Amino acid sequence: MGPYELLIAPFLEFPFMQRALVGAIVLSLGACPVGVFLMLRRMSLTGDAMAHAILPGAAAGFLLFGLKLVPMTLGGLMVGLVVALLAGSISRLTVQREDASLAALYLISLAAGVLLVSMRGSSVDLMHVLFGTVLALDNDALLLIGGIASVTLLALAVMWRALVAECFDPIFLRSVNGAGPAVHLLFLMLVVLNLVGGFQALGTLLSVGLMMLPAATTRFWTRRLELMCLIAIMSGIISSIVGLLLSYHLSLPSGPSIILTAGALYIASMLFGPLGLIAGQRPHRTHRTA
Amino acid sequence: MSATMLKIDNVTLGYEGHPAVHHLSGVIGQGALLAVCGPNGSGKSTLLKGIAGLLKPFDGAILRPGCRTRDIAYLPQQAEIDRHFPATVIDVLTLGLIERRGLFGSIGKADTARMLEALQTVGLSGFEMRPVETLSGGQLQRVLFARVLLQDARVILLDEPFNAIDARTVSDLVALIHRWHGEKRTVVAVLHDMTLIREQFPETLLLAREAIAWGDTAKVLAPENIIKARRMTEAWDDHAPWCEDVKVA
Repeated sequence: MGPYELLIAPFLEFPFMQRALVGAIVLSLGACPVGVFLMLRRMSLTGDAMAHAILPGAAAGFLLFGLKLVPMTLGGLMVGLVVALLAGSISRLTVQREDASLAALYLISLAAGVLLVSMRGSSVDLMHVLFGTVLALDNDALLLIGGIASVTLLALAVMWRALVAECFDPIFLRSVNGAGPAVHLLFLMLVVLNLVGGFQALGTLLSVGLMMLPAATTRFWTRRLELMCLIAIMSGIISSIVGLLLSYHLSLPSGPSIILTAGALYIASMLFGPLGLIAGQRPHRTHRTA
Repeated sequence: MSATMLKIDNVTLGYEGHPAVHHLSGVIGQGALLAVCGPNGSGKSTLLKGIAGLLKPFDGAILRPGCRTRDIAYLPQQAEIDRHFPATVIDVLTLGLIERRGLFGSIGKADTARMLEALQTVGLSGFEMRPVETLSGGQLQRVLFARVLLQDARVILLDEPFNAIDARTVSDLVALIHRWHGEKRTVVAVLHDMTLIREQFPETLLLAREAIAWGDTAKVLAPENIIKARRMTEAWDDHAPWCEDVKVA
């Protein structure tokens, strides 16, 4: 098998592979930089919690309308936003920190979701909701993903300085500008939007993988924020392409293949990146005068 | 007597019903160079947060006849900053322009020139693209002073700006504080170094939850006042009577 059959043919010959490729790449454009900011705000696990939290919304849509994109997406979006708003408000208005309020709310939400799914449908349906099917993206799903990526990139560009201030020196931002809480909530909305976007392709559990793994990978490559976002997007796109090809050639489920590829990139970067383990352990044999 | 910049009117500030600053009153004039000192837990940082508008008083009011909240630059203790954030020095300085350019406005050539000039003022020319992570404690403090410089504020609040900072950096930054003083800006700094306060700050507030003394530095830092301040008890008393009830009785 030549490189053409290996790398190009699967995408040219099968429309479902093309859709999957476009979906995953466009998803990476928005989700990966959002993941970078999540990581920098020490909220790496927030994505995971939110992914669990959107389940009952999707389940309610599924319960009422069956396995359809629009109701499940809207349901997930609404519940995700409610959980994000509540968790943010609880932490700002009471003594509880956001990690605890979010943990409490997502657990409530997750249990409600599992309950809802179990009320109707088989375990196959549950598997679909949890793990998605990137190979079955229809036009609506692609449009949704494209819309979410556009909104995300635009919002990040506009909020950039505010996000940097909120991460680096939140007290300073509070002292000069009252927009901090609004920026924080808007950012959480972006997180939810992107998780919902990844929902059809990768499922509720794995959509967070495309958000956080490329983000975590970037830390071993650069100390510059702009570059981190670019590297995260690149790493998301590479994972999408390689993961889909692996899934095609080896008949593996596509979602896990994409995320495991991202995981392989993470481990390789952690070991071999310029700020990684090996570079950090190797003693410098030469040094500069100043 | 210069014009009143800030009027602290019977202010009580604190957390969860316990006062950290108790019924403090006083006036900070325009162009004042005021040191705030006192033992740990005496309410110094809390007072600055109150002046900066980050903490609402339980009682009393902090009046700002001479300025708006946004005319106040507040430099918190370094511990509040995420030093591992992947920002460059210029990114940090950009934050100093938020009041002028907003959160979303664009930064022009003139702004960049001002940032480079501020960096030069604090002795860090050429550091603009350095990651914050790689700066020493003293260098970071210089960068944060440059950010204050860019804020171009009429009131400058500095919370323990010289903790773990070497002598040369302190003397450079004190020179900058005197420059602000010369420009008729109002500077309030929380400090522990009594020698530094005696040499550099004409006015001092000795705080131990309540004002032990406030005024001319030499008089405020008299030994009997310092002993009095040290006697302050830091402990919260969950069964302490409510201040209002005590007054009525």
